[in-house]
Amino acid sequence: MKYADWIKEGKLPVNSDWNKDLKIKFTLQDPCQLVRKSFGDKAAEDMRYAVKKIVGEENFIDMTPNMSNNFCCGGGGGFLQSGRKDERRRYGRIKDDQIKATEATYVIAPCHNCHSQLHDLSEHYEGGYHVVHMWTLICLSLGILGENERTHLGPDLQDIGLDD
Amino acid sequence: MAESAIKISGKKQSRFLDKVKEILPEGGNLDACLTCGACSSGCPATGIDDLDPRKVLRMAALGMDEELTTTPWAWACTMCMRCIYVCPMKINIPQLVFNMRAAWPTDKKPKGIVGSAMAARKNDSGSAMGLTSEMVMETVEELLEEVQEEQEGWENLQAPFDKKGATYVLNQNSREPQMEEDEMVPLWKILDMVGADWTYATKGWAAENYSMFMADDELWEENVRLKASGVDDLGAKYWLNTE
Repeated sequence: MKYADWIKEGKLPVNSDWNKDLKIKFTLQDPCQLVRKSFGDKAAEDMRYAVKKIVGEENFIDMTPNMSNNFCCGGGGGFLQSGRKDERRRYGRIKDDQIKATEATYVIAPCHNCHSQLHDLSEHYEGGYHVVHMWTLICLSLGILGENERTHLGPDLQDIGLDD
Repeated sequence: MAESAIKISGKKQSRFLDKVKEILPEGGNLDACLTCGACSSGCPATGIDDLDPRKVLRMAALGMDEELTTTPWAWACTMCMRCIYVCPMKINIPQLVFNMRAAWPTDKKPKGIVGSAMAARKNDSGSAMGLTSEMVMETVEELLEEVQEEQEGWENLQAPFDKKGATYVLNQNSREPQMEEDEMVPLWKILDMVGADWTYATKGWAAENYSMFMADDELWEENVRLKASGVDDLGAKYWLNTE
């Protein structure tokens, strides 16, 4: 995860001041491809380092189990395009339960398949949680997130960091 | 539980399991199952089509090749590798599933996956949505211009294509230029801020690879070679696969 390196090197001076009073809770999806199948727990730890800097350590709630032991969301392996919607949602039930147990308002999903699947699960099982990319939160924290770049943010974050 | 006893018909000359063992390192440990069930208890696909990883491995051991190579469960398992991660014998069930998928004739495989894999072959962008590099360049250029004009402090933001000798070649999932182009901008800003020397490549810019999901080794290699040559042509050091 280059993000964690760049934060440590001072090139991305993110901070969690914006969330000090809001106290919005975030959880994180460990993508199977990125963590268990490729870079292992080191990548999972790097992601957590970045997320905690961005949203505040006290506002990050991990799922159980997590990191290399995380459950697949059901968006991988082509499941989203396999025409088996009911089975895909049944598969995703365990992930939806995991997310709901954290009571977080946002899930950070650093993978496109995860992003699509979690978004669908949130709607289908009416969890109401939002699914966001890491890049959105980095820019939000840096005060450089444009007005049009907030599609996946909820109403609570639509105005944060905008001038008027 | 099975509703009736499973009947095994005579000893087969070569089981599907044996063929898969031949192509996997250490034979994928496919004969080493202790039937502990750790795989199935932590598998989100357990129960779908009345199957689970342990049952599938048992079917393979019993030589139930016909059932094994036709069950739609092969497309319900995402090959996420949690089963092998927790397996005390490190049995490569995901590779067994990959080869179960590969055993399906192309016209019987899920149309969505095959369609995406074929769309990626239409031109040298490799896009599963069939987007050409020209279309993406146009989208990127228009969007970049808009940001430069309308967002204060980003007058010099860049999103180059085919910049020779750049350190990073960044790929992009087709979904963004096609469906939510504004989602590309935050990453451009981050790369600008850290001073990264990056570029998109017109050749093989699309991040996705559906030929891998359809378990077609030849098409998989073709797709990866396309992407790799896009990076090599520019002499870049790193290939960045987006979030």
